Amino acid sequence: MMKKYLTLILLGSLLVCALSGCHGSMGMNEFVMPEEFDTTKNYEITFWAKNDTNITQVDIYHKAIAGFEELYPNVKVKLKLYTDYGRIYNDVITNIATGTTPNVCITYPDHIATYLTGDNTVVALDELFVNEKYGLGGSALKFDSPKMDEVIPQFLNECSFNGHYYALPYMRSTEACYINVDLVEKLGYTLPETLTWDFVWEVSEKAMEKDADGNYTINGQKVMIPFIYKSTDNMMIQMLRQREAGYSTDEGDILIFNDTTEEILYEISKHAATGSFSTFKISSYPGNFLNAGQCIFAIDSTAGATWMGAHAPLSDIAADKFVEFETVVMPIPQFDTENPKMISQGPSVCVFNKADPQEVLAAWLFTQYLLTDDVQIAYSQTEGYIPVTSKAHNADVYRDYLSRIGEDNELYYDIKINAANLLLENIENTFVTPVFNGSASLRNAAGQLIENVTKSVRRGETIDEGYMEELYDDVTSLYRLDQGGKSDMSTGKKELGPLPSASIALIAVLIGVWLIMGVYVITVFAQKRIKNKA
Amino acid sequence: MKKFAALVLSLMLVLTLVGCASETTNDTTTNTADVKSEGVMTYAEYAAAELDSEVVIEAYVQATQSWWEDKITVYAQDKDGAYFLYEMACSEADSAKLVPGTKIKVTGYKGEWAGEVEIMDATFEFAGDATYIAEPMDATALLGKDELIDHQNKLVSFKGLTIEGIEYKNGEPGDDIYVTVGLDGNTYDFCVERYLTGPETEVYTTVGTLEVGDVVDVEGFLYWYEGVNTHITAVTVAE
Repeated sequence: MMKKYLTLILLGSLLVCALSGCHGSMGMNEFVMPEEFDTTKNYEITFWAKNDTNITQVDIYHKAIAGFEELYPNVKVKLKLYTDYGRIYNDVITNIATGTTPNVCITYPDHIATYLTGDNTVVALDELFVNEKYGLGGSALKFDSPKMDEVIPQFLNECSFNGHYYALPYMRSTEACYINVDLVEKLGYTLPETLTWDFVWEVSEKAMEKDADGNYTINGQKVMIPFIYKSTDNMMIQMLRQREAGYSTDEGDILIFNDTTEEILYEISKHAATGSFSTFKISSYPGNFLNAGQCIFAIDSTAGATWMGAHAPLSDIAADKFVEFETVVMPIPQFDTENPKMISQGPSVCVFNKADPQEVLAAWLFTQYLLTDDVQIAYSQTEGYIPVTSKAHNADVYRDYLSRIGEDNELYYDIKINAANLLLENIENTFVTPVFNGSASLRNAAGQLIENVTKSVRRGETIDEGYMEELYDDVTSLYRLDQGGKSDMSTGKKELGPLPSASIALIAVLIGVWLIMGVYVITVFAQKRIKNKA
Repeated sequence: MKKFAALVLSLMLVLTLVGCASETTNDTTTNTADVKSEGVMTYAEYAAAELDSEVVIEAYVQATQSWWEDKITVYAQDKDGAYFLYEMACSEADSAKLVPGTKIKVTGYKGEWAGEVEIMDATFEFAGDATYIAEPMDATALLGKDELIDHQNKLVSFKGLTIEGIEYKNGEPGDDIYVTVGLDGNTYDFCVERYLTGPETEVYTTVGTLEVGDVVDVEGFLYWYEGVNTHITAVTVAE
């Protein structure tokens, strides 16, 4: 009889646990800052990092880890490398579900907004920033950390959404237009002081002329795509911002499907139709075409500068395909030359919550270490990145680096340093898009609009009102933009809504069965007692 | 009763095995057939099609890269030529069925990316029970010649290549391996593509142990990236 009771109690407990855990679980307790960092216990923290297929960047990560571990011998940092932000994002999402997130992760704020749908998954860093001992510039740190006011305010603000800081900026870049100025001049044009969209479209169209043999007269080759854009997400986002058109609200209302977007798409379709415009996804890396003399305006990140130009230190094309030309690095084209606007992008670092606050603190210390001058300057020099702290900007070693532009085609590669200078001179002109749960999807959708229009026109489809309506519907559906981007990030809880009716019915049946079983057991028990008494 | 049940079960087992055997026989038989369905292009028609035009082909899966966000990249081939189906729409359940040999009908658009001719924005359906696994074509004599591109995406082999460099994309195992090989004084860039043959595969491990100067025989898919960039699927150190 005792066994029956035990079984009943165990099964009942199991049912209660299962029912309570089946809806909206994955929660963690909020991180509480320890008084002291415990150096007597060992911690292993995982760091998921992104590199731009650049071994020097990998080496810098390893060096940073070694430097940190030397200062904090009780902390071991395990590095996992990615070359794609999308893969990091997907892996993090998968690991949130299994409770196996990394401790520290290079990521975008857009992605963090999605990570926040789990309870206390990502640590809000506000308290850590200002902690007297372990905060930015804290007294108990074993390294020379930047103070909070030494992190470039624009970049730090990009990591703040919904009233909290959820990341530290790590590196910053923007986009640049890498121009084969020889071809521009050969076509009879002079580069304006500020590049405009009209100028780029006009020159690009002029470059499409062919000779009797089918070669482009401008370069004498069978291939010429005058204008190639690497990130069409950024292209649409920046064009909309420059025209002060809608994209989204801070709260997550989707505004992108507007008349200005349509105008932009019509303009792009005209040039895609002639072949004067293409994208990375459709044709390949802008730099490969630029360096082979097959592209005039190549827009790519400043963090891709080492792949750009006639003497680019990194390249995927054969040496004999390179042509000699002068490369000019300019900000992306503008609609309003008096009021230039360009995107701020680049990796940020977030800290994931764990059951042990000491482990979180160890992760925070390492995160902060990534902002020290040595790491910042070394990493920024691998590409056209800039450090995120004024402390690094003003460091003698960094000033010296910038001043030695063009000394060689490696560390002091002129295109790379010009790209970095472009951002340094335009920090005030940068912007970011609102961050909310779903903003990563909206960003993808922005690029998809351009990709689809470009592909469609190449495939002979008609771009008209009907096409646009269908395109908006398709992209809305593909990126689930009609399911509401708004979420309650103040608590980090995603509103799951009422239980589906099927779930309610299932639970009701389960409860009913257990009640019947309970009544049966009690009845049998009562009957036995009566028998025993009798 | 027990004896009778055992007898029935044994009979069922025998019948099942017979069924399996006859299925295998069918497969072998159909290997010889490669007739295109109505409205489907021959390889020659596909090769002649303009870039950006819609194409419909039937081919046999030779290998797949890892499934990702309802898409899968497939190396496919028929008796006449090969196809690279880039990020073809595919459910996770269907991806498991795209085993080597499987015949599929694919509708998509012909595109070219960095020299690689591929079918993009494709959808597919399974196209019957016939199967075909391509034998690697020895393309050693074509290496460095213009005609090599005519065999793009086929399963090929190259013999007697000298390793000139092995480099992990990230400087350490985990991602792609860039393999530089030499033949007759010319250098070629091949690749162990992690989404095709990742770190858990024998070829990935073997390539990681190769040293400059080793002479190897290589099998792989004749992928193109700014020139020939074979995706290596097997490697053996030559005697």
